[in-house]
Amino acid sequence: MIKTSALIMMLIVQGAVTLITVYLFRKVLKSNLAKKESRKSEDPENE
Amino acid sequence: MSRVTDSWGSRVGLILAMAGNAVGLGNFLRFPVQAINNGGGAFIIPYLVCFLLMGIPLLWIEWTMGRFGGKYSHHSTPFILDTMHKQRLWKYIGVFGIFTNVAVAAYYCYIESWTIAYMYHSVIGTFDGMSQDQVAGFFGDYVNVNKTMSGIPYESVWFYLFCLLLNTWILSRGLRGVESASKIGIPLLLLFGFFLAIKSLTLGTSGASEEYPNANAWDGINFLWEPQFDSLANPKVWFAAAGQIFFTLSVGMGTIQCYASYVKENEDIALNSLAAGFTNEFVEIVLGSLVVIPIAAGYLGMDWVLKNAGFGMAFQTMPFLFEKWGPVFSAVAGFMWFGLLFFAGITSSLAMGTPWIGFLQDEFHVKRETAAWSFGLFVLLLGLPTVFYFTYGVFDEYDYWAGTFSLVTFATLETVLFSWIFGAEKGWEELKKGAEIRLPEFYKYILKYVTPLMLILVFIGALITPEGNDWNAAFQSLREGNGWPMDNASIIKMIQNADINEKITAAIEAEQNMLVSELQEKKLYITGARIVLLLAFLFIAFMVYVAARRRGKNEKTK
Repeated sequence: MIKTSALIMMLIVQGAVTLITVYLFRKVLKSNLAKKESRKSEDPENE
Repeated sequence: MSRVTDSWGSRVGLILAMAGNAVGLGNFLRFPVQAINNGGGAFIIPYLVCFLLMGIPLLWIEWTMGRFGGKYSHHSTPFILDTMHKQRLWKYIGVFGIFTNVAVAAYYCYIESWTIAYMYHSVIGTFDGMSQDQVAGFFGDYVNVNKTMSGIPYESVWFYLFCLLLNTWILSRGLRGVESASKIGIPLLLLFGFFLAIKSLTLGTSGASEEYPNANAWDGINFLWEPQFDSLANPKVWFAAAGQIFFTLSVGMGTIQCYASYVKENEDIALNSLAAGFTNEFVEIVLGSLVVIPIAAGYLGMDWVLKNAGFGMAFQTMPFLFEKWGPVFSAVAGFMWFGLLFFAGITSSLAMGTPWIGFLQDEFHVKRETAAWSFGLFVLLLGLPTVFYFTYGVFDEYDYWAGTFSLVTFATLETVLFSWIFGAEKGWEELKKGAEIRLPEFYKYILKYVTPLMLILVFIGALITPEGNDWNAAFQSLREGNGWPMDNASIIKMIQNADINEKITAAIEAEQNMLVSELQEKKLYITGARIVLLLAFLFIAFMVYVAARRRGKNEKTK
């Protein structure tokens, strides 16, 4: 079986890296969306 | 001046291309082996410390340098560095940022071509029914150009040429081609990686056999993740962690600067660089640790893994282990494993082509397609000796001088330039332009003091690596007045050709005449490889000199 100490270490490190990666990508995508929205509102012809 | 009109099609495309540049074969093959050899779960502590203090700052430094140079229409390191300080020497230090890529691509494309060949052989069932020794022997025969495994003469040469053509064709499509390859490659790599990771996590003790009764996949996971905190006091572990961070992020090559030079002046680089860096870490820490070691431990036991863990496992062992999953599933797993390595490889080798192309476009107004094909030709000329004389150690020489020495040297020098000459304050302000994430101010001081010092230490570590990489024993020897025992892998000993000279001396003393002539022949090829690399460096330096003169003349006539 997987030892408890190994499992804890693995879950903490892999969990933290996964969460940070997802957070950063979410931030990138949200910012992209906001930019698109602002471009649309600035240029109503494209709507 | 510049005729470069290329630009990134989308922000996600840029991040995936940067992540693809960093994600390479080392994520799946180097990281787990380093972790096993350096304290298992405890290795992750120095590894993460180095990522925070050296990895992230280096990413920021290179992204900032690239965007800064791009503002002046420079897309390769010689003239990017030139814009940062007017001392002409920096241009020639920037040559490393083109040379490293061409020289690494020369042998990296060869490894990449192995993955294509192994995908093909997995699908057609070449490994069906082969013993462990036969699978390992297949690799030896494959890299020996005089043998044929599929009835096609010079099989490895054809796969190499195909791989190089594919790379060159994608590069000739410009940044959009690179972006498309990354948008296809990275998701597929993740998909294949998840599949193999799930398989390894559910393997348990089901792979134990009469030959390996103690085989257990969980032993592999335990060994990788159980912290052995006493190893933290060993400098070797810290050097290994710093080295891994360095290689995994593909810093010190000039590719990040080149990619970033196509980012517009006020577009974000702070968040983008973090997203790309963490994607690489995700692939390395989450997927890289869950494939090779647990699967090998699951069938061969941890004792075997500890004795044999290394780069060769990917080609010499994995196909044999997949055979245990039945003919259909083994073909699928083999295709996925080598496909994963192929996508990891091609997204990196494409990045290696862009600095040369950018340089020719900027300085000599060469068309993108012509520049891409000239890259292919340059790589072919440099790479063929690694294919034909692989068994003579030419490949290893390229790997050492281009893939290790040049990288460490260039990263150290560019960091000194950025932090101490260009100025960390100015650099920090440059990085913050358009930033879409709040950067902690203390990082300015890390950029100014910690990162350059860490890199200088890494450089010194590579220069005088102690015997057996045992730093404690070396310091003990120094204290006792016995001097510093240097390893043959240190830069100083490598320059002296110490390893092969020692072997020749031993063979002469043992009167093994055949071995002596074999070793002398090998030494000749090693020297030849060094001369070829030096000539390539000098050729690029000469082109930079010509480009600088042309610029000077153009400025005078204006």
